[in-house]
Amino acid sequence: MTRPLLEAVNLAKHYPVKSPLGFKTGAVRAVDGVSFSIPEGGIYGLAGESGSGKSTIARMIMGLTTPTSGALLLGGRDIAGQAGRRAYRSKVQMVFQNPGSSLNPRRSIGQSIAVPLSGLSRRARAARIDELLGMVQLPASYARRYPHELSGGQRQRVAIARALACAPRLLVLDEPTSALDVSVQAKIIDLLTELGRELNLTFLFISHDLSLMRNFAEEVGVLYLGKLVETGPTAEVFARPRHAYTRLLLASVPVISDEEAALRPQVPLIDGEMPTAEQLIAMEQR
Amino acid sequence: MATRSLREEPAAGAAPDAEPPVTTLPEAEPERLSAAYQSWYRFSRNPTAVIGAAIVVICILAAVLAPLITPYPSHVGAVVDFRARHLPPSWEHWMGTDNVGRDILTRVVYGMRISLLLAFVVLGVAVPVGTLLGLAAGYFGGWVEVVIMRLTDIALAIPGLVLLMAVATVFSPNLLTTMLALAALWWTWHARLIYAITRQLRSQEFVEAAETLGASTFHILFREILPNCVSALAVKTSLDCGFVILTGAALSFLGLGAQPPMPDLGTMVAGGTNYLPDYWWGSVMPGCAVLVIALGFNLLGDGLRDLFDVQEIR
Repeated sequence: MTRPLLEAVNLAKHYPVKSPLGFKTGAVRAVDGVSFSIPEGGIYGLAGESGSGKSTIARMIMGLTTPTSGALLLGGRDIAGQAGRRAYRSKVQMVFQNPGSSLNPRRSIGQSIAVPLSGLSRRARAARIDELLGMVQLPASYARRYPHELSGGQRQRVAIARALACAPRLLVLDEPTSALDVSVQAKIIDLLTELGRELNLTFLFISHDLSLMRNFAEEVGVLYLGKLVETGPTAEVFARPRHAYTRLLLASVPVISDEEAALRPQVPLIDGEMPTAEQLIAMEQR
Repeated sequence: MATRSLREEPAAGAAPDAEPPVTTLPEAEPERLSAAYQSWYRFSRNPTAVIGAAIVVICILAAVLAPLITPYPSHVGAVVDFRARHLPPSWEHWMGTDNVGRDILTRVVYGMRISLLLAFVVLGVAVPVGTLLGLAAGYFGGWVEVVIMRLTDIALAIPGLVLLMAVATVFSPNLLTTMLALAALWWTWHARLIYAITRQLRSQEFVEAAETLGASTFHILFREILPNCVSALAVKTSLDCGFVILTGAALSFLGLGAQPPMPDLGTMVAGGTNYLPDYWWGSVMPGCAVLVIALGFNLLGDGLRDLFDVQEIR
């Protein structure tokens, strides 16, 4: 592939933990020294269970929080300082996890999609909304409907159309299908694959669903407690997982066919729950 | 081959997702009308809301048209007719006459005018001020929130009646000072309400989505957050109309509001107490008028709340 579009260099986000008196007693390392790079037009998957720091990375890329240390580079330029600007917004967009809450219930679909189109004339805006709805395979008449009149899958299509409105190059997908039915999930993924090819989009796909990850991502990174424990081309990571946590994740994917069961690596597994942030701090201090 | 199980359904034509065939419904325009009709239908099925709305509409109409519908419009002022004093309710004087022979019905209708004016002026100041402060405190957080919300706490800690009495003592008691003093206290409730809703909405994904889409702060506050506050505001404002009218009547009963000969309902109740119980209509009739207006606004507010709750659940 070509040169990297997005690079994370030693990215870290620590949240201070304070005692009841307000003294700093430690830090939750939500993201801790993560480095990866996504080539132009590539699909990079970040896997990991809840609490592993996936969403924090997405929020840092979107400029909703700032990194404690390390840097994010878009096309080779540090995004610090430009993340809030309109020019940056038009290059990087995000599809949120839950389409039920990422669309304003009091605004029509057309109004929601038109948010980044405020610079256009009335007619151009309407034409663009039609075009965007067409891209996500929804009828143009849906522009006048409200989110509660749509199904979950249709709402997520609207959220995708909205993210595409300012013609971004990178689309961050934060668990875009986890709130949807399994039958609808596959269609959303198909749609994203198709749009990615047509519009030459680059994706950062964040999910805990490894079967989706295997179908969609070209390269994956496995996050565990804020650290990237394993990274590589999807097929390789899935066939020969090196880290114990990756094996655990793979083993927890439910399988339907014997075929799939045969694909699963047969390895001894670690057991038990992931430690909480408080437990980790206690372990460090001991 | 692991993909098979997920992708078996044929992607026939432009039918997105395996969902009910929404496209067979009638097109958008008639549907929009029916949504408005649905709201009206649900409202009209709610007896308390309809009664409340009817009372409010009748009171407002009566107040606006007072000079046209009252039998003795001249009795608003300082008219004296001793031959007609303390006449009991009759066909000529539906609510009787007062101690100087003025028609009480006429004065009650004009009194409603003052009560409603008071409510609209007080809330016309308090609602926008409280809403703006609540939005700012809830959305920006930090020191903006600290300043606005502590200011609200301070304003809430001032005993209202004492402040109003102080204001009335320093300035000569009249309708304007009452309005200003009430408005100076009333915004706090709206600020708190809107603050609480905004805090809740700020962490919603659609607000974050608007931020990542590069929407302006103005857009986020007034196009994304405010529309989600409207139902709560409508309910609160309607209930508050009743409370403001009651408070205003209580104040003028104590002699702190509108002064005679202005036909204020509270003042009229106070004036009539000297002649109780023989000439009871002098106090009871304006008292009932206060009760009816306040009840109307409260019923309307409760009805609106039921209506919006149903919509929120749906």
